[in-house]
Amino acid sequence: MGVLSFIFNNAREVLELTLQHVTLVGISMLLATAMGIPLGVLLTRRVALRRWVLGGANIIQTIPSLALFGFLIPVPIMGGIGSRTAIVALTLYALLPIIRNTYVGINGVDHAVIEAGRGMGMTDRQLLWRVEIPLALGVILAGVRVATVISVGIATIAAAVGAGGLGMYIFRGVGMVNNQVILAGAIPAACLAVLADFSLGWAEHRLAVK
Amino acid sequence: MKELPANQGVMIECRGAGFSLNGGAPLVAGLNLQIWRGETLVLLGRSGAGKTTTLKLINRLLEPTAGEVLVEGRPTTAWDPIRLRRRIGYVIQEVGLFPHLTVERNVGLVPALEGWEPGRIHTRAHELLRLVGLDPAQFASRRPHELSGGQRQRVGVARALAADPPILLMDEPFGALDPVTRSEMQREFRTLKGKLNKTIVFVTHDLQEALRLGTRIALLAEGRLVAVHPAREFLQASEPEVKAFVGALGGWDEEEQPDRMKH
Repeated sequence: MGVLSFIFNNAREVLELTLQHVTLVGISMLLATAMGIPLGVLLTRRVALRRWVLGGANIIQTIPSLALFGFLIPVPIMGGIGSRTAIVALTLYALLPIIRNTYVGINGVDHAVIEAGRGMGMTDRQLLWRVEIPLALGVILAGVRVATVISVGIATIAAAVGAGGLGMYIFRGVGMVNNQVILAGAIPAACLAVLADFSLGWAEHRLAVK
Repeated sequence: MKELPANQGVMIECRGAGFSLNGGAPLVAGLNLQIWRGETLVLLGRSGAGKTTTLKLINRLLEPTAGEVLVEGRPTTAWDPIRLRRRIGYVIQEVGLFPHLTVERNVGLVPALEGWEPGRIHTRAHELLRLVGLDPAQFASRRPHELSGGQRQRVGVARALAADPPILLMDEPFGALDPVTRSEMQREFRTLKGKLNKTIVFVTHDLQEALRLGTRIALLAEGRLVAVHPAREFLQASEPEVKAFVGALGGWDEEEQPDRMKH
């Protein structure tokens, strides 16, 4: 297999690009989670905002990723050439599944349980932290998992704006019309996606309440 | 309205209380009712008669849109809703146990919210489980999904009693149980309320259950209170609505029930 020997011969570079890739995805997911979960919770409290927030996140999701990266380059502060643009774009893509799953998860908590909690004199905050979030955690994590897997894929395009990552090999391979080089980027990226899916799926299964 | 023996003050009072959702047709209207300390008042009526709405007006899950509801002499709207609800145990038909917590932590929830120390919560939870007939050694560390319907409802009752609230609201607590378990729970409930001396408001659509458990029975129909009678006199009441409600269940109730009430 030519691809494998290519990867072994360039082990150091592959590792470096993989690390860049993981860093891009990791930072974006932390940001998206930190924004998406509170936003999702907010939607369960302010139903009027639902159309706007979910609609907005939906629209972002429909923008082709290469175009979004391109659009961001001239934007001050957020944009430019390099990893910052990539992180902003990845974060935006990751928001929708996280917001939506948080909203759906919390809304899906058994109404009788909420009613009992409220009737026992739990404050809204206690209800949220002690009942709603623990019970919705499985669904929320499923959103984080979907977002992560999507991000691993989209992050390959980050190379186009100079953010590095495994996309470097893919773009290089496309330019060289060399499938081995393309696969040297694509295979580790696919492995990352599978790994993320598997480990987050395991966490989701552990934390979901029967 | 008939008065019960003195020494019992008014615990809950509805004064012209009414509730309608967003200005629509009232779910409850013109409700005047006094509930005495230590009694078990049954709110009886068909589905949609306003029984649950009335309960929720008492613990301020709903606020009256007309008149007022007083608990211990204060309008519910003047109470801090959280403080008010901590003084009122609440048991619902679906039980609503927290599925992610053990039985013990479900029972100890209100004491935990009230900031009791862990040792005291533990002792209290076990004491209550024994009170409702569940062996703590066997049940304390189980999760709700590992219990039968009757056991779940027992835990629900224990949870409502945890912080020793003076008032207990029960919304068709035995409604989802099979007939055998239900009558077993009713029998135990009678023993339990003798021990506890709580003011209990009990919602049911089941006449037999009302006769068995109530000190007094208040009949609701279409959001209005149509009659309040001591349970013993309920079947003899003259109001046409009472006769209609009793009659709708077949004549056998009238012959059988008074005997059963004697013990």
